Amino acid sequence: MANDLARWQFATTTIYHFFFVPVTIGLAFLVAILQTVWYRTDNPDYKRMTRFFGTLLLINVAIGVVTGLVQEFQFGMNWSTYSRFVGGVFGAPLAMEGILAFFLESTFLGLWVFGWDRLPKRVHLACIWAVSAGTMLSAMFILVANSWMQHPVGYKLGSQGQAVLTNVWALLVNPTFVWGYAHVILASLVTGCLVMLAVSAWYLRKGEHVESFHRTAKVALIVLIPTIVIQLSVGNQLGEIENKYQPMKIAAAEAQWTNCKPCSFSAFQIGGGNNDKTPTEIIPIPHLLSVLATGTWSGPVTGLDELQTQYEAKYGPGNYVPDVFIQYWSMRVMAYLGSLVLLLALWGGWLLQRNKLRSSRLFLWISVWAVITPFLMNTAGWLLTESGRQPWIVQGLQKTINANSPSVSVTEIWISLAVFVLSYIVLAWADLALMLRYSRRGMAHADAEAAEPAAGGAPALTY
Amino acid sequence: MQLHTIWFIVITVLWIGFFVLEGFDFGVGALHMFIGKSEAGRRVAINTIGPWWDGNEVWLIVAGASMFAAFPGWYATMFSALYLALVLLLVALFGRGVSFEYRGKRESQRWRNGWSWALTIGSILIPLLVGVALGDLLHGLPIDSRHEFTGNFFSLLTGYGLMTGVTLLVLSLLHGATFLALRTTDEIRDRARAAGRVIGVVAIVLDIAWCIWTLVVIGGGTVPQPTQIFGVIAVIFATLLASTENDGWAFVASGFAIAAVIGQIFIALYPNVMVSSTNDAYNLTVNNAASGHYALVVMTVVVVLFFPIVLLYQGWSFHVFRRRVSAPPTSSG
Repeated sequence: MANDLARWQFATTTIYHFFFVPVTIGLAFLVAILQTVWYRTDNPDYKRMTRFFGTLLLINVAIGVVTGLVQEFQFGMNWSTYSRFVGGVFGAPLAMEGILAFFLESTFLGLWVFGWDRLPKRVHLACIWAVSAGTMLSAMFILVANSWMQHPVGYKLGSQGQAVLTNVWALLVNPTFVWGYAHVILASLVTGCLVMLAVSAWYLRKGEHVESFHRTAKVALIVLIPTIVIQLSVGNQLGEIENKYQPMKIAAAEAQWTNCKPCSFSAFQIGGGNNDKTPTEIIPIPHLLSVLATGTWSGPVTGLDELQTQYEAKYGPGNYVPDVFIQYWSMRVMAYLGSLVLLLALWGGWLLQRNKLRSSRLFLWISVWAVITPFLMNTAGWLLTESGRQPWIVQGLQKTINANSPSVSVTEIWISLAVFVLSYIVLAWADLALMLRYSRRGMAHADAEAAEPAAGGAPALTY
Repeated sequence: MQLHTIWFIVITVLWIGFFVLEGFDFGVGALHMFIGKSEAGRRVAINTIGPWWDGNEVWLIVAGASMFAAFPGWYATMFSALYLALVLLLVALFGRGVSFEYRGKRESQRWRNGWSWALTIGSILIPLLVGVALGDLLHGLPIDSRHEFTGNFFSLLTGYGLMTGVTLLVLSLLHGATFLALRTTDEIRDRARAAGRVIGVVAIVLDIAWCIWTLVVIGGGTVPQPTQIFGVIAVIFATLLASTENDGWAFVASGFAIAAVIGQIFIALYPNVMVSSTNDAYNLTVNNAASGHYALVVMTVVVVLFFPIVLLYQGWSFHVFRRRVSAPPTSSG
């Protein structure tokens, strides 16, 4: 019970945290681009757009930061057995994240927010790029740590059975990390682009500040098109890597119970799950699963039943099959929505080239609503990754069921879960209220901020 | 010197850095409504720490993560033992962290008052709770032979822990008051100084009492430790200087007073990292809670290479915004 509750709490707080993280990474990069264009062209339009989207970024960062604190505390609070076991390996990237990324991000964010009128333009521009670098470095160390849980490398087991780091380089070239990190950064850029596109489209539809928002819609699309194309192939590559090191994860994502060669991919299925091995498959596409999982036309995929037998022989009796329903559908949410975003991006690019972007009301309407898709895809991606590792917390080394804190009671977790959920609802309400308010009325504010301060007057207060 | 001792020192420095830097942010946050009075004054108070508070808070994150990396056993036992206290701490961190960014973003007075209270309460709770936690490390908590905490929430409320929390809270208030005096002008500066004098007197009494209690807890006899003498002198100086024009020196003195308390806790703790009140044999120590040698070497390299750079740019950021903050004459907030 305590273990289940601790898992629920970890899942809830992590999914919530990861609504904000990709927006921060993506928007920080895009705001840095807007400011760079302003710096290069001296066009004041780009300055006001930098300030406008900069404010959206800040509203979002505030929650990303505070919910990130929970993440760092939670390993020790709820998963002390896990922390004791992995700290010697897993802790190092977290400490490095603090020293190399968080200091960079937060110090330069302060300099950027308060430095508009005090720093030379060039230095001020460098500050937002430092923030962007900080956000991406932070994701890097988290992915190093997480990838070690998916595919442990560079360690040995110590005298008390704890993991001991033996090769830090192995952690950094862990294939699960390399591809996983690329996937997360690209996903963040897609998220940032779709947020920027949605806000821009909303203004273009209303016919307000058309010139300014046409520019930002263009920047968003120019970044989005190559990003989503690369992302789809990186995602595919990551699938192959995972199939190699965590075959259960991919077999479950295809609800593939029996061995197959070649393997087909079902577009949809009715039924399915761990207790229904023969769901009704809709639109099976021959060879596609072989291509996705192995990179070859007729490659074999080992089925869940066979894997279960292998795992029992290796690790002893137990159930080693992850939740097939979650795997199957989270894979499809990512793949299908990703493809739709690709179509939207190409459509936008085509409109842009024909100079019809501002007049295509259907495209603009869809673009506003498309802002929901990256959040669904991001959540699905982490569900696939984390749920697909179960029953392991560290693949092959420690099971989740054995990893929680023995000294923390069920009552205590109920209290913390309730407190976090309530707090997060309040934070979400405040965040959404401000985000929507600023998205709709923020231009006047951005203009006021972008105006040069009156000569001789004291600088305006920022907070 | 062995690597795990070096890492104990690194973690001590990180905690000192956190409390010296974030200490004045807590003080300003807790006092901003009372020293600021009007909306314009409150904004001035908040803006004195505006560019820095977030970077200062990273010291806490890095301290926690370093404990995880260098002493997994310490991190695991401490964080699971302090469970409900940390939940409360996190809520305080939520409210305070968000309030900075959100408070000024709507013109509504209710909205602003709400976030002002979140900032005030958060700024009081955080040093108090962290102080209780650090005090408990030294005082000892019920911990068994497997290094698992065997108590409940009320076991955390040790007298010495509470005393440490209150002392650190009041020292943070003093530090915030000397900081506000240093960073503002006119009436706000006057009010900050007046507050500093009053809080300073309370801080002196608490600091001396805390030092005596610490001697009792560590069984150190009646001879005060050098850090304690240093700390008490610092808090007296901070209080005396708060009445003079020497805002800068008052601030330095209040910073040293906080540093002395944190330093004293960790000096007294070593070579333990967490004392077991059940049995001395169950204490967590730098030896039995540490990571492997190689991991510590890697982390040492990272710290030696990159921490000086962090100090440089954080120092630069303090330099950039060194001017005093005052309300624009025409601004109503």
